Amino acid sequence: MRQGQAGAEGRVAVHDLVKRFGPVAAVDGVSLEVSPGEFVALLGPSGSGKTTILMAIAGFEYPTSGRIEIGGDDVTWAPANTRNLGMVFQRYTLFPHMSVAENIAFPLKMRGVARAERERRALAALETVRLGGYGERRPNQLSGGQQQRIALARAIVYQPRVLLMDEPLSALDKNLREEMQLEIKHLQQQLGITVVFVTHDQTEAMTMADRVAVLDHGRLQQVGAPRDLYETPATPFVAGFIGETNFLPGRTVAAAGDGMPVAVELDGGGRAEATAVGALAANAAVRVAVRPERLALAEPAGPGLAGTVIEAIYAGVATTCIADLGGERRVRARIAAGTGGRAWSAGERVGVSWQAADARAFATTAFGGQA
Amino acid sequence: MSARRPAAFFLGGRHLSEAASLALIIPFLVLLFVVFLLPLGTLLHESLLMPKPTTAHYQRVFGEPVYLRVMWRTARIAVYVTIVTLLLGYPLAYVMSRSGGLRLGLMAAAVLLPLWTSVLVRTYAWMVLLQRNGLVNEALTGIGIVDAPIRLLYTEGAVVLAMSHVLLPFMVLPVFSALKGIPDDYPRAALMLGASNWSAFREVVWPLSLPGVVSGCLMVFLLALGFFITPALIGGPQQMMIATLVSQQVREMLNWPFAGALVGVLLAFVLALTIAFNRFIRLERFVGTRS
Repeated sequence: MRQGQAGAEGRVAVHDLVKRFGPVAAVDGVSLEVSPGEFVALLGPSGSGKTTILMAIAGFEYPTSGRIEIGGDDVTWAPANTRNLGMVFQRYTLFPHMSVAENIAFPLKMRGVARAERERRALAALETVRLGGYGERRPNQLSGGQQQRIALARAIVYQPRVLLMDEPLSALDKNLREEMQLEIKHLQQQLGITVVFVTHDQTEAMTMADRVAVLDHGRLQQVGAPRDLYETPATPFVAGFIGETNFLPGRTVAAAGDGMPVAVELDGGGRAEATAVGALAANAAVRVAVRPERLALAEPAGPGLAGTVIEAIYAGVATTCIADLGGERRVRARIAAGTGGRAWSAGERVGVSWQAADARAFATTAFGGQA
Repeated sequence: MSARRPAAFFLGGRHLSEAASLALIIPFLVLLFVVFLLPLGTLLHESLLMPKPTTAHYQRVFGEPVYLRVMWRTARIAVYVTIVTLLLGYPLAYVMSRSGGLRLGLMAAAVLLPLWTSVLVRTYAWMVLLQRNGLVNEALTGIGIVDAPIRLLYTEGAVVLAMSHVLLPFMVLPVFSALKGIPDDYPRAALMLGASNWSAFREVVWPLSLPGVVSGCLMVFLLALGFFITPALIGGPQQMMIATLVSQQVREMLNWPFAGALVGVLLAFVLALTIAFNRFIRLERFVGTRS
């Protein structure tokens, strides 16, 4: 197969995109750059604007303001059929009145490619998605996973500049979905094509993407490699949306610069160390976010946080302990199997602690409230 | 995901047994038998057995040129009406399927209201429009396209025009419902794959709407074959169609057996067409119009 086709052609840039539907801003000032050959996932809950951004890139929605560039061309107002993009939709969109081979050859036919050449390339694309020999079938004779692989073959057969995917795996069952995630990822690497992938499934985004753009209420929360998002979330929303997080409100003891350790007096008692996200003033209201697997449980001792175990849930690879720290505060701690340490059971007193580097203190704002 | 409804009848949370379902449709079956099947059977019976078992009446239908001409004219007018309603109805149904709210409501009313108006009223309206000193002739002479009023009424064109008007809803509704059933994602996918708007329509929307087109054409064609009032009033004797001929045989000639033979021929033709098209539609289903 062709390699590294995405030169500068495959670059996608979204500048300060705004899309309003009546009074509601579905997308509220989003800027994002996707490098040629990069796999970027747009991740967010429903209503976060991720699909609207994809539709604007595809040319099915026109923005209220802002600009979209593909391969250096301003395509903000270009019709969808002039953008030379590939797209795989959430629903199966293979044309039911055409055979699989005719479906794959359709974009080539629309580009005036001669019949013999069309057939040759359609067969090659079928081989690429490992469905050689299915060319004569009708789409409704295929399973959901096979249909999406055909849709993928149809979307890449004309070597588009960029491949857009709108939750293409959401209709498949879990095992098939995981298999297809890796398959699409490998195909993308093999072809070197730029991919913009919309999903609400954080695991899917983390598994497949080079970088993940997290959206909430039409605003871009953070863009980064999966590891960065998980380890150093920029906002409480990202901390809460990707993986599990314990949030504990409190006030800073002293001012601290961005990335510096800060001591926090927790509401409801206790003192904790965390890393400041952004500059924090002294006595500022903050929320401390710490992952369950970063919590250490020990016999209660000294002035540290302590509470009562409410429940210990054994799930093989890990045991989750839920502890009540008093004052309506509950935390979850995850203890991986094989790490030693004792088993906890409900009713026991337990000491809870963590490293300053493993906890992040976010300034409490009007917007960052819930997560 | 909403819960899927069971295919069976549902009443107060209970399924109806087959016997109960049957009991509910018996009144309709009785009505159908008494006012439709029984008279039809009697007519066909007369055509074959009166005064003695014979095929003479059928031979007469196919033997005399005047009756063949009537049948040929009936089929021709029905074809024209089907073509006219398709040409007018498809674009209308297409726009309706892409509209919503008030616009769709107004268009649906424009399509349906005539359907609820008496055929007689609509036919007389056309007579008023098309007569010698009617609106159409006045407009034509006024603009200067023709010097003197031309004969519009009692022509085949007038019959086709008025019948197309009456039968238009029967084309629009099935086509609309077929177009409505095509998810937006299909034409979108076609555009995304580089199709022009016209190619997206020709290659994707049109073939997927064919089952609706076929049932619309079949419905209009079959209704047109048996049309009575409009051709009788607007066409006059020169444009006689088969239904008018049947009525004439029954009421003026009192020749029930021959009328029965005409009905028998029409019925056989209609049944053959229905069966053929049903096959075609089932084939479409098998190919999978919707996934």
